[in-house]
Amino acid sequence: MIELDQTPAVFCEAVSKTFVESEGGENDEPDTAPGPWWSRARRRRRVEAVRDVSLEVPKGEIFGVLGPNGSGKSTLIRLMATLLVPDRGTLRIFGRDVTRERMEVRRLINRVSVDAAFFKKLSAMENLRYAARLYGVPVAEGQRRALEILDRLGFSSRKARVPLENLSRGQQQKVAVARALLTSPALLLMDEPTTGLDPRSKNDVQDFVLEVQRDHGTTVILTSHDMAESDRLCNRVAFIDNGRIVALDTPQVLKAGVPHQGGEPSLEDAFFYYTGRDWKEEVAD
Amino acid sequence: MSSAAQELRASYAFVERNFYLVRRYLGWEVVFLVYTMVNTLTIGFIGVDSTGGTGGQPATALANERVLYLVIGALLWGFLSILFETVSEAVAWERWEGTIEYTFMAPVRRLTHLGGTCLFGIVYGVLRTALVLLAVVLFFRLNLQGANLGSAFLVLVVSSFSFMGLGLIAAVLPLMSPERGPQATHIVQALLLLVSGVYYDVAALPHWLQPLAALSPATYTLAAARDALLRGAGVAQLAPDLWRLVALGLVLIPLGLTAFGWGERYALQTGKLKRNG
Repeated sequence: MIELDQTPAVFCEAVSKTFVESEGGENDEPDTAPGPWWSRARRRRRVEAVRDVSLEVPKGEIFGVLGPNGSGKSTLIRLMATLLVPDRGTLRIFGRDVTRERMEVRRLINRVSVDAAFFKKLSAMENLRYAARLYGVPVAEGQRRALEILDRLGFSSRKARVPLENLSRGQQQKVAVARALLTSPALLLMDEPTTGLDPRSKNDVQDFVLEVQRDHGTTVILTSHDMAESDRLCNRVAFIDNGRIVALDTPQVLKAGVPHQGGEPSLEDAFFYYTGRDWKEEVAD
Repeated sequence: MSSAAQELRASYAFVERNFYLVRRYLGWEVVFLVYTMVNTLTIGFIGVDSTGGTGGQPATALANERVLYLVIGALLWGFLSILFETVSEAVAWERWEGTIEYTFMAPVRRLTHLGGTCLFGIVYGVLRTALVLLAVVLFFRLNLQGANLGSAFLVLVVSSFSFMGLGLIAAVLPLMSPERGPQATHIVQALLLLVSGVYYDVAALPHWLQPLAALSPATYTLAAARDALLRGAGVAQLAPDLWRLVALGLVLIPLGLTAFGWGERYALQTGKLKRNG
């Protein structure tokens, strides 16, 4: 029996993941590529999405993974979520190996992804009932818990019976947060949870993440494009670039390491300093 | 809660979720149901016409049997198609909805996931088939007095297992190739339609195709269901076909689960579930 309190929430040692993709960037066969099929078959490339990543996240920490699009953030989250298998290295969630003890890991985690993955024709409540049953939470208790979370996030219970396709992205994302938390995960994986949200919704979600960490000791892995958000929420931050972690520390230490004249450096300045890339340009790409 | 009870609850999650979806797509459900009814009636009319019937009614008892023969083919093919598609398109459907990662990440055994999907397919298929049967019997005023409906229902249930196995094998294709897999499942389905004697006796097939008929569970399902409905055959008389269906189920379900497990590992290794970033 592994003691959750003494074991790191995430233990990641020299983890790598490579994909083989068609040159068009699609994840499947290149349908429209010119030329005969035998030459198409050769037009593939290896993409090292995550390279030798090592990190350790203690229980109860909010840990940020920051990087531009295509830097490997989401792949790292998917590896932790047991949705991908590492090619090399060791990845354990509360001491359980993500490959060999997949089911045990799945009982400890939940995930909020950038695209709220729902059956859009179904209402919030119907989607939440499905989630509760999948995770073995009694439906009535799950609904009560979800409604409490939604209420806390400023989501009107009236809208809980409306098909999700009729709700705004911000409202859908709040339902996604409620769905993830109704299962009381020990590790919450949040992959750009506030991207595209209006400032108020973003603030509601951020406040709630802090509340969950404070009141329940939930460990959170957060990927974000929003440096201000990461600065506010994260105890520690890792900059990831081309699949590698190039810097890892508290936001304060990362910012303090940036040579500056005059004003206090921001986390964006720190990103530029450690990667040589301009954050705004990278995010715009 | 015991582990088995929890798995059963989780299995019911897929049944409930799919019935919610049926309710939300009710307009389309009505359209498909009416289409299936009309299609089955059309096939029945071929039977009426080919036996000299007029005014929409079979002329003789033999014509009645011919109409029933074709209608049973259409109904059973409808039921088996629903079951096959529910299972084989489970992956493609979730990928389209965008929920595939959420479902695959849940702490639920794949057997539970796919078992729940199959259970929905059986209940939904039986309900739809019963409605179409009712419409067809009323329309043609078919005589079912000699039919053994209990045996026919047993045939449906027993055949479901082998079709689940086939569906599981076909469901691997969308898992391995998001673009072309769903198309390939229809090829499997079309091949079953061709060789299983849905609208004709398998003896009508060219000799080189007949061995495939012997491998298809639909062949035995159709033969047994026709014996039950046309000749009132009881369980004892249907036993040879029922045992063949049981044997096919015992082979196809483990084979399907193994293939699906292999496909899932391949998808997790290659990022075929979904990958960006």
